[in-house]
Amino acid sequence: MRSIMLNFILAWSQTLSLWRAGALRVLVFALVLAVSAITAVGFFTERVESALSQQGALLLGGDLAVLADHEIPAIFSERAQKQGFVAVKTYEFPSMVVAGDNSQLVEIKAVGNNFPLRGDLTLGATASDSGRVVKAAPASGEAWIEPRLANVLDLTVGDQITVGDKSLVVTAILLREPSRGGDMFSFAPRLMMNAEDLAATRLIQYGSRVKYQLLLSGDLKEIQQFHQQMKPELGRGERIEDLRNARPEIKLALDKAEQFLGLSAMVSVILAMAAMLLSSMPYIRQSLDMFALMRCFGALQNTVLQVLAMQTLLIAFFSALLGIVIGYAAQTGLARLAGSLFVEALPPASFSPVVIGLAASLAMMVAVVVPHAWQMRKLTAMNILRRETLAQPMSAQAKYLPAALVMAVMVFWQAQDVKIALSTILAMIALCFVVFAFAYGLVYLAKAFIHLSPHNKTLSTIMIGVQGLKTRLALSTVQTIGFSMGLMVLMLLALIRGDLINNWQASLPADAPNRFVINVQPQQIDGVKRFFSEQQIEEASVFPMVRARLVKINHDVIKSSQWKEDRARRLAEREFNLSWADVMQSDNKLVAGRWWKAAEHGKPYLSLEQDLAKTLGIRLGDTLSFDVAGTPLVLTVTSLRKVDWDTMRANFFAVTPPGVLDNFSANYISSFHLPLGADLQLNQLVKQYPNLTVIDVAALMQQVRGIMQKMSSTIEYVFIFSLITGVAVLYAALVATRAERVAEATLMRVFGASRRQVSIAYFTEFALIGLIAALVATVAANLLAYYISVKVLDIPFQFNLTLAVSAMLIATTAIPFAAWLGLRGYLNIPPRQLLNSI
Amino acid sequence: MQQLPIIQANDLYYEIINHDNQIRILQGLNLSINSGEQVAIIGSSGSGKSTLLSLLAGLDMPTAGSVQIQGEMFSNLDEDGRAAIRSASMGFVFQSFQLLPSLTALENVMLPLQLKNQANAKELALEALNKVGLSERVTHYPKQLSGGEQQRVAIARAFATQPTILFADEPTGNLDHATGQMIIELLFRMNAEAGTTLVLVTHDIQLADRCHRQLKLSGGVLQEVTG
Repeated sequence: MRSIMLNFILAWSQTLSLWRAGALRVLVFALVLAVSAITAVGFFTERVESALSQQGALLLGGDLAVLADHEIPAIFSERAQKQGFVAVKTYEFPSMVVAGDNSQLVEIKAVGNNFPLRGDLTLGATASDSGRVVKAAPASGEAWIEPRLANVLDLTVGDQITVGDKSLVVTAILLREPSRGGDMFSFAPRLMMNAEDLAATRLIQYGSRVKYQLLLSGDLKEIQQFHQQMKPELGRGERIEDLRNARPEIKLALDKAEQFLGLSAMVSVILAMAAMLLSSMPYIRQSLDMFALMRCFGALQNTVLQVLAMQTLLIAFFSALLGIVIGYAAQTGLARLAGSLFVEALPPASFSPVVIGLAASLAMMVAVVVPHAWQMRKLTAMNILRRETLAQPMSAQAKYLPAALVMAVMVFWQAQDVKIALSTILAMIALCFVVFAFAYGLVYLAKAFIHLSPHNKTLSTIMIGVQGLKTRLALSTVQTIGFSMGLMVLMLLALIRGDLINNWQASLPADAPNRFVINVQPQQIDGVKRFFSEQQIEEASVFPMVRARLVKINHDVIKSSQWKEDRARRLAEREFNLSWADVMQSDNKLVAGRWWKAAEHGKPYLSLEQDLAKTLGIRLGDTLSFDVAGTPLVLTVTSLRKVDWDTMRANFFAVTPPGVLDNFSANYISSFHLPLGADLQLNQLVKQYPNLTVIDVAALMQQVRGIMQKMSSTIEYVFIFSLITGVAVLYAALVATRAERVAEATLMRVFGASRRQVSIAYFTEFALIGLIAALVATVAANLLAYYISVKVLDIPFQFNLTLAVSAMLIATTAIPFAAWLGLRGYLNIPPRQLLNSI
Repeated sequence: MQQLPIIQANDLYYEIINHDNQIRILQGLNLSINSGEQVAIIGSSGSGKSTLLSLLAGLDMPTAGSVQIQGEMFSNLDEDGRAAIRSASMGFVFQSFQLLPSLTALENVMLPLQLKNQANAKELALEALNKVGLSERVTHYPKQLSGGEQQRVAIARAFATQPTILFADEPTGNLDHATGQMIIELLFRMNAEAGTTLVLVTHDIQLADRCHRQLKLSGGVLQEVTG
């Protein structure tokens, strides 16, 4: 025991003196950064996660929810009643609210009198009110509105509003509703009303998209039993959510975000490991000196190893502590940037990221130290004194294997998915190769170029710099990767935030539709068309829509589980909007089969959008059986179309010839370009037909843009760690090679190089590192931006030359300048003094 | 007509301040070396031999006094001006070899040639390595060479630029006797072939005996050793 205490004191004092000697600074700096990045992301995602699990009941509004896209079958409420559960029904759907001459799309939530079963609501008299907490539903004739809606329609408590055919009085501002998700899940402001008023609004008509909910609360055990019992009763479009899987869409978004942010943090960890490996040499060297002396004075092998282990622990512990504090501070920034995307309010952070930070720090430190400890095991004091450990360095594999293992384990742990983890690791390896290839290519090119004009002194000095890159190729690669990663992400974000969105908007014609109107009933078509002609809106057609479920493909009954792809499952699960047309829309292009003739009126033909057909594996000539409100309908696929969705016009996946759907009730949809200043007239139309829902595309785009802004700021935020670790790698590489570089510079000066020549050689080497980093970053960022714009957004890609040139200029000047600053001091010391020290 | 000395030092002082104590290493030293001469500077450890050598080579500046190389006054030149003179006319061999570990033997020899912008640097370096008997080891790194081989690379590097003056600071100090002898033979043979002026710092009397002149540094001044 005494000896352990003694060893600890020894380890402590040695760690302190190593710190004072400066041998630990870069190592600790890199370790702190890595822990900060991991814990910042950990604290943040953990807070959102615990919000989801702690607030499961609140997010759900009860202990169990039965959800459906149609009225919930009576059997659920009957059974619930039998069990003695408290139950309440809610209805959520988008609709228009009219106040005076203004109208606004809102998300209506009509609730029964028992709402909310769990949790509470915060109401205020004004938007800036601190509010009072209530556990109640709005009374009949009342509406509670979100501050956003009060703001847009200039409403205050006491004002009258119209929802469908029903007038309501605003009696409170709804400041907080726990069952609401974050920004990402609420596009239109909330209006909460009593379900008793729903019928009077006459908003729920055929074709309305309504989320029906039956919320239950009761004894948790019984609720669970009920869940199990009722599972087999679930029909199509019906599902049950309980506390564990409340709001699965939020959980899914969070899982993706966690994975992405976690892997982004991994970039910092990988770079930090590189910095640590580079900067461990001075630490190891000085430690070895101490250990050699200890051995000379009679210390046992075990004592030395014990002291080394304690030293490792101490460094890992204190670095982790500092990293956790910084990570905690940094997560508040993340929470502010991105928290509201997921949930309304975040609970305080918990302890688990602290443990993760400590474990990561220890693992990283051990990975760096273990190879040296392993090597020291068999050495005599004389071996260490003669630096035989350093003179005969172990194989690179043995030295870097523990670090590589720790990195791989951490990547797998963060990704929680073998495929993603493997692709991340492969991408890193590919990046190494690319940087290597670029470096080699540049060295080769520079050599060829200089061979062309060998009689220039500056050029031959530049060549010394190029040689420097070549002799330190592995090191340069690590430095370059550090920079190119940081640069690439920043460039990609600049491209997405600026160019891609602008290009997308620019690709839309000026008269592209900016409003969608849905829920148009057959008897309202004339009125809507009259509105179009009055407003001189020419290019506006009104399309019919009949909702139908796909039941069979040929003779096979379909099950969404038969598809692996999420998109295919969703498409198979949801209702199709069947439409009819005699002539194909101008923004459609036939890619297979043929369009019907006038004589084929009423024939059971179907034209499908090609991507949908491909996703679901449907081919020309297949027969599809639909269920239209209980009536079967069998259609044969006679053509496949390519649809240009970017025109913002209403378009359909499935179209039949006219006459096929005549026996089914339809509602109608239109998209049109509302001229500037015609809002008043549109509001009049909504007043006339309150069931119409008008979607303002521009406002929607604005919101999407807002969300993208938040997301990219979040990504940028996490990658700032990568950028700083990139700088740490550069610094570590400079420190690790300082002695070598000073020796080189000194000898160059002894042999008659001017300070200018030495500076040129260094500038060249680091400018090349900067150039390669910028090149790799530019190519990678533009490839990714190209993929996003062409494959995801389907807009033409434009190479941003200014951005590429600026990145190159900055990288090729800032990096060499920073490196030169570190060496500048040595250029003014007489060579003799440096010769003594090298 | 009397020949101008290639190296001329007048009234040379060199002081350092160590913990507030002023230590005077050279005290009004005078020296004159003619072209083609082989001069050994001897003296006990700490007498300032290496300091004197670095002042003569312009690697450091004296506290007072002047050094002239081929009639050019060092004190009139800045650091880069002195570097230009070194590049044009000086070669160096050090006790600790001073090879760059990250460069191969060939690249080490090429370095001063590249700095001079010598057109056929590689050929000259190969030739120099050949002369010291290392044509088989050109791609080897210093750590792959023995001490004697490393010093031979350093000698090849020193002669590759065809300097008019060669400064050698204890060139055998880090070598065993037999290897040291071999290095000395090589150094003197190459020096004789090239007709270079040699300034050799050593405490090895036998080595000093091979030079034309011996100067003993003691008490900060030089004394000619005769007989």
